[in-house]
Amino acid sequence: MNRLDLKTVLAWITPGSRVLDLGCGDGTFLARLREERGAHGVGVDIDPENLIASVSKGLDVVQEDINDGLHCFTTNSFDVVVLAHALQELTHPHIALQRMVDIGDEAIVSFPNFGHWRCRAHLGLKGRMPMSRAMPRHWYDTPNIHFCTVKDFESLCSELKIDIVERATIAGPAQALLGRWFPNLFASSAIYRIRRAGA
Amino acid sequence: MSETTPSDSVGLVSPHIAKCDTPFTFTNGAVLSGHELVYETYGELNSAGDNAVLICHALSGSHHAAGFHSGDDRRPGWWDLAIGPGKPIDTERLFVVCSNNLGCCDGSSGPNTLNPDTGAPWGGGFPQPQVKDWVRSQKWLAEYLGIPRWAAVIGGSLGGMQALQWAIDFPDWVENCVALAAAPGLTAQNIAFNEIARHAILSDPDWCEGNYLAQGAQPTRGVALARMVGHLTYMSADGMSDRFGRELREDSFAPGDNAEWVFQVESYLRHQGSRFSTQFDANTYVLMTRALDLFDLAAGHNGDLIAALSNARANFLVASFSSDWRFPPQRSIEIRDALMAAGRPVTYANIETDNGHDGFLLPNLHYEQLLKGWMQRVGPS
Repeated sequence: MNRLDLKTVLAWITPGSRVLDLGCGDGTFLARLREERGAHGVGVDIDPENLIASVSKGLDVVQEDINDGLHCFTTNSFDVVVLAHALQELTHPHIALQRMVDIGDEAIVSFPNFGHWRCRAHLGLKGRMPMSRAMPRHWYDTPNIHFCTVKDFESLCSELKIDIVERATIAGPAQALLGRWFPNLFASSAIYRIRRAGA
Repeated sequence: MSETTPSDSVGLVSPHIAKCDTPFTFTNGAVLSGHELVYETYGELNSAGDNAVLICHALSGSHHAAGFHSGDDRRPGWWDLAIGPGKPIDTERLFVVCSNNLGCCDGSSGPNTLNPDTGAPWGGGFPQPQVKDWVRSQKWLAEYLGIPRWAAVIGGSLGGMQALQWAIDFPDWVENCVALAAAPGLTAQNIAFNEIARHAILSDPDWCEGNYLAQGAQPTRGVALARMVGHLTYMSADGMSDRFGRELREDSFAPGDNAEWVFQVESYLRHQGSRFSTQFDANTYVLMTRALDLFDLAAGHNGDLIAALSNARANFLVASFSSDWRFPPQRSIEIRDALMAAGRPVTYANIETDNGHDGFLLPNLHYEQLLKGWMQRVGPS
């Protein structure tokens, strides 16, 4: 999670919440959440090095593949389920989203926006799959197998009967306002608070 | 032990004996009027008494978990890998206790000790202990040692099951609980392997209905075969292929060589079996495997593991080993999921290894780092 993401997500989490962080990495986010929001966090990660780094910070982590369906977590067992910049790496993003809003009262999802003008220009003008500092890998060896745009994500939410509570966008310094007004074109990444419709 | 003790070893250690003069009643109703427990300790108990850690041993383990008994000891205690200064279970910070379970054969009251009522060895007459009994006897030991509660109870395999039982039976005593390569209960296949082992022992002509000591005999053939079967189930197929492959023993097929075993793996298994058969008591092996078979965490809660674990107050570390087929990762996942459903804090890891069930005893970087990282939360900060 980059620093801007982190700031937004931290602000959205009520102090004392129970938080499940999917793809928790080395536990930096959960550790900050514990210190700054007094939240009780649990991490999920598949990588042993990440597991070791997280438990060494005193965190609880469960080694599990998100793609296996997160069946070990029961409905409504967390206040918030976070998936930061990992949606595009999942085998079935739609199933994961559904599980997230079941497990948590609320879910927070962030992802890089493939509809950003730079991506469009890269594909439109160069005719090649976009690569950037944030997406440095070639199409054939990238872990990012399910890119989407802001519009794609919002339409999936509506299909899945998931309500969007709040949206924040990250854009270059000169494009902050444009990012907010025309997120699909100017947001480099987007962060959503979502919940089950009617929940 | 080599000339110089490694700096991360607890060094030379000696066992202690705790004599209990009050009667001990087993779950099956049998009573010992008095008994002894042999144990070792490493590190120092602090004045607050909040740095004590209990290690529970596995089927063939003992109280000798770390360090060396003498200067010419070649092998350290069974879990020297994890216990010592700067090791995952850090004796610079923690006071570590490991006791030999009741009914074992390394010094605690058991089939090879004398029955005070008859003056003869207990032999086959020693009561059948269960995991719950060991937990109660260890609680007595803790009180005897002036320990108010355990900062952690830790074990692998049968020891891991015992650690879980501790967390359920005495929730206020267990602050943290580590269960490695464990299971909430044995499967039919697990029980079947144990039955093969028992059958090997019971059909040895030197078994003498369990009273071989009085007859001056030792059912070593039966115990060796039991151990060979057991040992086989602690290793993985890949691990065995890497270690032995189809390698032949030296001199195999040499002129005049009529040895009945030619492959390295045969030679290895025979060696394991024969070494074990002279060190381990046959009655104890029968009692231990039965205790394993009878173990069922959810018993007493109508088979509901979540309800059973809801009593616990501990934080849990549950770890499995990827190639363990005796107590496979799925069994640890059952424990993990029940703990999460019971609302207990739990960390779970599946360690990638070819070491099979023995993985919890053998060096593995991720395993040791994980245990060390997690253990930092145990004891006073």
